[in-house]
Formats: sequence, structure tokens, C-alpha cells
Amino acid sequence: MIAFLTRRLSFGVLVLFTLSAFVFLLFYVAPGDPARMIAGEKATAQQLAQIRENLGLDRPILVQYASFLGDALRGDLGFSYRNQQPVVDLIVRRIPVTVSLVLGGVVVWLAIGIPIGIMSARFAGGLRDRLGQVFILIGLSFPTFVLGMLALYTLYFLPRKNGVVLFPPGGYAPLLDDPLKWAWHLTLPWLTLALVTAAIYARLTRGQLLSVLGEDYIRTARAKGLSERRVIYKHGMRATLTALVTQLGADIAVMLGGVIVIEQVYGLQGVGSMAVQAVRNQDRPIIIGVVLLGGLFIVISNILVDLLYAALDPRTR
Amino acid sequence: MALIEARNVTIRIPTEDGVVHAANSVSFSVEEGELFGIAGESGSGKSVLMQAIAGLLPGAEIEGEVLFDGHDMLTMSEAERRALRGAQIGMIFQDPLSSLHPFYTIGSQIAEMIHAHEKVDKTEARRRVVEMLERVGIAEADKRYEAYPHEFSGGMRQRVMIAMALILRPPLIIADEPTTALDVTVQAQIVELLDEMRRSFGTTVIMITHDLGLLSSVADHVMVMYAGTRLEIGATGALFAMPTHPYTLGLLRSSPAADSDGRALIPIAGKPPSLLARPRGCVFAPRCAQATDLCHMSPPPLRRYSDATEALCHFTASLPEAAPVSELATSPPASRKSGRYVVEASGLSLTYRTKKGFGRAVENQVLNGVDLTVRKGETLGLVGESGCGKSTLARVLAGLAVPTDGEVKIQGEPIASLTAARWRAMRRRVQMVFQDPFGSLNPRRRVGAIISDPLRIHDIGTAATRKARVQELMEIVGLNPEHFNRFPSEFSGGQRQRIGIARALALEPALIILDEPVSALDVSIQAQILNLLQALQRDLGLTYLFISHDLSVVRHICDRIAVMDKGQIVESASAEKLFGAPEHPFTRELLGATHHPPALTGVDTRSLIAETPFMTQEALV
Repeated sequence: MIAFLTRRLSFGVLVLFTLSAFVFLLFYVAPGDPARMIAGEKATAQQLAQIRENLGLDRPILVQYASFLGDALRGDLGFSYRNQQPVVDLIVRRIPVTVSLVLGGVVVWLAIGIPIGIMSARFAGGLRDRLGQVFILIGLSFPTFVLGMLALYTLYFLPRKNGVVLFPPGGYAPLLDDPLKWAWHLTLPWLTLALVTAAIYARLTRGQLLSVLGEDYIRTARAKGLSERRVIYKHGMRATLTALVTQLGADIAVMLGGVIVIEQVYGLQGVGSMAVQAVRNQDRPIIIGVVLLGGLFIVISNILVDLLYAALDPRTR
Repeated sequence: MALIEARNVTIRIPTEDGVVHAANSVSFSVEEGELFGIAGESGSGKSVLMQAIAGLLPGAEIEGEVLFDGHDMLTMSEAERRALRGAQIGMIFQDPLSSLHPFYTIGSQIAEMIHAHEKVDKTEARRRVVEMLERVGIAEADKRYEAYPHEFSGGMRQRVMIAMALILRPPLIIADEPTTALDVTVQAQIVELLDEMRRSFGTTVIMITHDLGLLSSVADHVMVMYAGTRLEIGATGALFAMPTHPYTLGLLRSSPAADSDGRALIPIAGKPPSLLARPRGCVFAPRCAQATDLCHMSPPPLRRYSDATEALCHFTASLPEAAPVSELATSPPASRKSGRYVVEASGLSLTYRTKKGFGRAVENQVLNGVDLTVRKGETLGLVGESGCGKSTLARVLAGLAVPTDGEVKIQGEPIASLTAARWRAMRRRVQMVFQDPFGSLNPRRRVGAIISDPLRIHDIGTAATRKARVQELMEIVGLNPEHFNRFPSEFSGGQRQRIGIARALALEPALIILDEPVSALDVSIQAQILNLLQALQRDLGLTYLFISHDLSVVRHICDRIAVMDKGQIVESASAEKLFGAPEHPFTRELLGATHHPPALTGVDTRSLIAETPFMTQEALV
């Protein structure tokens, strides 16, 4: 167990290391001059050179990378080219928004997706299955921004036109200041995120549960005289859980690295929208910071999923 | 009094392809305390019948009456039926690994059964489970309570299943192929355990199996099913001495156990029918040697005999005057061994290192110093239980796995020292036929392409000559050469195995390794394939290494037999000697564990007392 963790953790560090080197190299070979971005169109050649020197951009790439690594290990990812603030501070400020969006969304999409999947599998081929399939098809085929716009239109714009404010059009209120306001602001983003993702989970649950229900041990459970509820939930869903956990781990990790479209639609100042702005501004330190943050989440979630898997499936222990 | 009595049970299962007529007006009655056997090949409807009666097939439409303890199970509510399941009717299934939930401990799975039917506190339930586990022969039951199914061996798992079925002391147990997935020696233990439990608890047992030998030794009554129809039912002794139905007779005559030496088996021609359509006449008529026009045209009557045997047939079965086998088939395998060695293996060892879970390395010695020779033209049988290393040995001989130690020579040439080019040539000399005819043929490729693969890979001939060769091969193995453009799914199991054999023959190999080639097939089809293999050997001078767990099959087809146990060959002798005077204790154990149906006496002491028209449900509508 200890050996397993050490191995996985050191592998995770290696992944992050490789990732940072790759992103660093990418920006080195990519066109665009950060000095020009910072100084603006009218800057003189001397000013540009000065900026490059300040940023250390005139040094060889290996030296740049080594100094970046050294700082990074001390928890310093440099300063934004745009506003000279520490990258770590900027990211830390954004994380609560994205985490709120994702974790709230997880609850909603699981609450919608899994029951629909179970219903579909249980009554496979019947009317309820077909309704479930329609839901899955809609969720999978609508682009996120269309669903976001639709939600905004029906739940914000239309009611407001009639003088009722159901939900705000966007924005964020910190959880600790006012939990109700926090939830109120995030309801539409959660719904939008959940609708898209719930379809994936409904499909996954349906497929997994259907194949599990064909297993011999389900027949054994029925032969024991258990109620259908118990057969489905205790025996069927228990075996479906491993697949759901694997998918959930990957999804949460990716989304914590920034939910780009939804953050844009609802004007949420999260990691995703920061990434978009940074790319637009060629703000190299921030982009590297966001990429490393995403990588970190994926590494951690993979380790957690493996541990959970071992807890769930005695055969892998 | 009859504990369970089924009257005219008809089962239809709607599927995408049409309605499957899984059971057709089947009646039987099981007396309290007896062991009632239901025999039949796959697709005969024997499992479906019992599962539908127990309410385990929600999609099935079922008609008729099933009286359990006087109550009709088919008209009672689902809740009432659920209360019967487990508490009144215990069930044991074929594969104990897949039938136990992999994520729960075996103790909790058995305890769940108690909690589902009785109000009992946890410690009391646990005490009862541990007690029952001890009774079915699980050592250290209290500790093993917390173990998961994958930590048990196959036989131990089946003991757990039996403990689960017995925990509420139900009056009836339905055992559906309870020993099929187990090794022979374990099979014997499980049958013995079931029999002992039946005696000590007074449980009635319905045992579903394709193994007639097994039933002949334990069952009181036997019902023979075919294509969802009960063809014959009667007391075990009379039925096995001389069946009244030609199908039962055919089954007994096609099983290798009935015929100990190498003479050709008498297979039942053709293949089991599709259950989608119902024939006008007798369901067995298309394959019956005794069938007349009458059999094809009108449904057979029910004939009752003086010894209470009943059969669904226009006639009474009779042993043909002379067995309809060709002269070639009856001639004993003559001295065809030239004495040259095709395979010489010495000191073969193979050790696998596997990593488990969180990185514990486990060494597993699969082969441990195996010496083996196969001469040209002979058939060497390799028998042993699952996990003894026989398939690994086959892979080593075929060059598919590299031994850790030892040497293999094919036709005198050591394969370890071959260059890449020589290797290629060597591959042509050893071919394999695999166990599962469904899994070992690519379903997306046409049969012609599959059979000609070896020719194409070794760049032999042109497209036209290859096609001609494929059709020739199909002809040789008894397939219609016109069908070269079809997909494997359009063939039955037996036909698919013929495809596998044709593929192996394509390169005229020096050695064909047959890895359990008939164990996935029904008895009547098995006989066809075994006869084909023998005929091919005679005509083409082939050399076989025949791997099987089934001693009767091996005895039937092999000249010499090597018995394997735990990676070693413990005994190797000619077939007659091994069966006549086995030396190694393991060989004796294997031989002792096999059930053979008693020899057909052919003496028919019964007389026909009644012949009544048998109306199927279809006919009544």
C-alpha cells in the first residue's frame, strides 16, 4: 500500500514535470512577443529589450526553464505579464468559483443522470427506457452554450420581462458570505452543466446496469427471493459503481481545471475564464499555471480513483 | 405425494427474431425426497423450463399449471412466488464463480438469504451460516465467512452455493448443471455432497444436466427433453437399460463412454432445430434414424408403457440390427505409427511471474519438467484438471509460449534455435484447433477467408487456387463448399468446429494440437466431430495431440494417454493400459470420478399399455 502510493505519487510528479517542460517549450517556439504584449504598440526597441531583460526572456531557454522550476518548487509561478500580480494568487482567487460550480454540478448531474439510467435499464425497451433515451440524446447532442443560452432565456430573461426575477443572469457570491445567495447565483450554471453531463452518466449507468443485470449473480439474487428493489440497488448498482467512479474521477478532474464554456456564458470568474483571457493576452505565466493546475487535479484524481477502486472491488486488492 | 407437479407447461419467449418456443406442453411430477433428473442437450429448454417456473424469466409467457405443495405457482402473485424462492425452493447454478456476487463476502451473501425470509438478528444469522458452511465441508468456516468468492476454488464455491440453497432448509432444490463447470474429481465430490444433504435433510432435488452418465448413477426418475419437448420420462434403471424413444437411445449410443475402444461412435445426424418454428410432426424427426413419413407429417402420440415409462413417439425405439457404420469406421486403428517422432520435448518448465494488486510479485510454476513425445500418425491424449498446465504445454509445443527451461524438437529440429525464416516454415508444421468454436473465429470475416488465412499468410498459391483449396478443405471436413462466403454466425457449434479443423488442415501440418475441441459441443455433435477427426487421421495420416478433461473422449480417440497434474506428467501409457491398470493415484482418482451410463441391455421387458393423442398447445388453439 505504501509502496503503491509512493510509486503513484512519484509518477504524478514526473507527469507534472513533463507537462511543465512541454508547455514551456511550446511557448518558446510559438510566435508572439510577450514584451510587445506588455509594452504596447508604441514601445521602442530599447523599452522592449528592457522588458525582456526584466522578465529574463533574453536568457537561453534551459536557463529560463531551470529558474522557472526552481521558483515553482518554492510555490512561485511568476507574475502575470498583464497586471504584474503573482500567478499563484490569481489562481487561488479563482479556484473557489470553479470548485463551487463543479462540485455543485456533480451533485445535480448525479441526481439526474443515475436515476434516469437506472429507470432506463430496469425497463429496457419499454416506454420509460425510451423517455430516458430521449433525455440522453438531447443532453448529448446540444452544445453546452446552446443549453446555457436556453436556460438563461427561459429562466432569467422571460421571467424578468414579466417582472419576476427568478435567477440572476450570472455572477458569483462567495459561499461563506451568504450560502443562499451563493446557491441562487449558481443554480443556472449548475443546471446547465448538469444537463450536459447527466446525459453521459445516464447512458453510462444504463449500459453498465443492463450488462450487470444479465449476470448470473443477479439471477442468484432473484433466486434468493429478494425484492426487485434490493436486486437492482444492492446487487446491480453495487457492481455498476466502479465504472461510475472511474468516469466521475476523470470528469471532476478535467472540470476543476476550468469549465470554459459555462464560465463564459454566465460570466463566472473561474479558472476556465481566466485561461481564456490568458490565452487571448498571451499571458504565459498564467497559462502555464492553469495547465499545471489541471495536470495536478488529474494526477490526484487518478490516484484517488485507484484507491477507491481497490476499496470497491475486492478482486483488485 | 408429489411435491411439485407440472401440467402441460408451455413457455414462449418473445425475442427480436421471433417467438422462441422454449417448452411445449411439458408435464412431470416429482415425488417428495426423490432426485429427479432432467436431461437434454443445450437448447433443449431444460434450464428455461425450471427458471420460468421459478419466476426467474420475467420476459417469458408461460401457460399450464405448476402445483407446488398444492398451490399453482403460475397463478400466484409475484410476491407469493418471491416468498417461495429461497425459502421453499433453493437453486444452484452451473458456474459458481459468476453466480456469486464478486463484491460481497460469501457469508453476507448467504446471510442475506436468511434476512430476506426471516426476522433474525445478525449474530444468529451468522451462527447459522457458519454452521451450514461447516456442514458442506468448508474448513474454518468462521474465518472463511469474510472471504470473497474469488478467494475460493471452483469446488469450494459450489459448496458455498449449496450452503446458500440449503440454509433455509427448503423442501425442494433445483440444481441447474451443478457440476458442469467443475473438474471431474470435484464433480464427484459435489454430487456426493448434494446426495448426502438430500438424505440428511430429506430435500427433494431436481437436477438439470446434459450428463446422462451422472443421472444414471444418482437419479430416481429421468425426463429427457429435446427442442422444448419432453420426449421421454421414466424410472432411471429401465430408461437406461433400454430407452423407448429413439432420441434417448441415440444420446446413449453417441456418448463415448458407451463405447470404450476406438470404434466409431454412432452420432445423431444433423443439428438441434431452431425453436422459432414448430414443426408439424415430431420435433426429432429430422434427425431420427427411424423416422418415417408419418413422423414428419403428424405429431406423435404419447405412448405409456407397463413400467410407467412414457415416450412421445409413433414407434418404440429399437436397436438397429447392424450399426449403420462404414467398414472403414469399424476397422480398429491399425499400425499406422511409423515410429518417427514428430514432437520430442524434454524437461520443459515454465514459470510465470505475475504482479498482484499493489505490487506483490507472485511466482507461478505452470510446467515442471515435462517430457513428452508424439510419433507420426498417432494420437496422444493429454488429460488433467483445469490449471494443471495442459493448455500451456500446448502453447509451448506450438511455439506460442517460450519455456523457462527445457527443449522442444519438432521433427527433430529444436525450435529454440530457429532463425526467423526457419520459424516461419516451422509454424506451418504445427497447427491448433481451439475449444470455443464461437470465440475463436472472427465473426466479421467470411468462412472462406478464415480457412484460407494460413495459405495467404504463407503465400501459397494464387487467389484462384486458394479458393479451390478452401472448397476442397470444406468438402473434406463435411461442410458445404458453396458456403465459403458465409459468416461464422450462420453455422452451428459443430459446423464451426469443422471450420476450425479445416483451417488447421490447410497447411498439411505435421502435428495438429486439439485443445478441448469437443468440450463446448453437445454429445450428439461431439460424436460427429470425433468421428471426423478419426476419419481424417486415417485418410491423411495426421498426428494429433488431443487435450481434454474428459476421460471417456480421450479413451475413445487416443492411442496413448498422458495424465497431467500440477505441471507434471504423472503417468503416460497406452489407452488400454491406462484404463485397465492405472498406476498413479491421481489417474485412479480421475478414473474413479467419472460416471458412465450403464451399458444398454437392449432387453425390453415392458409392454405398451396405452397410446393417446398428444395435443400440443399450438394444436389446441
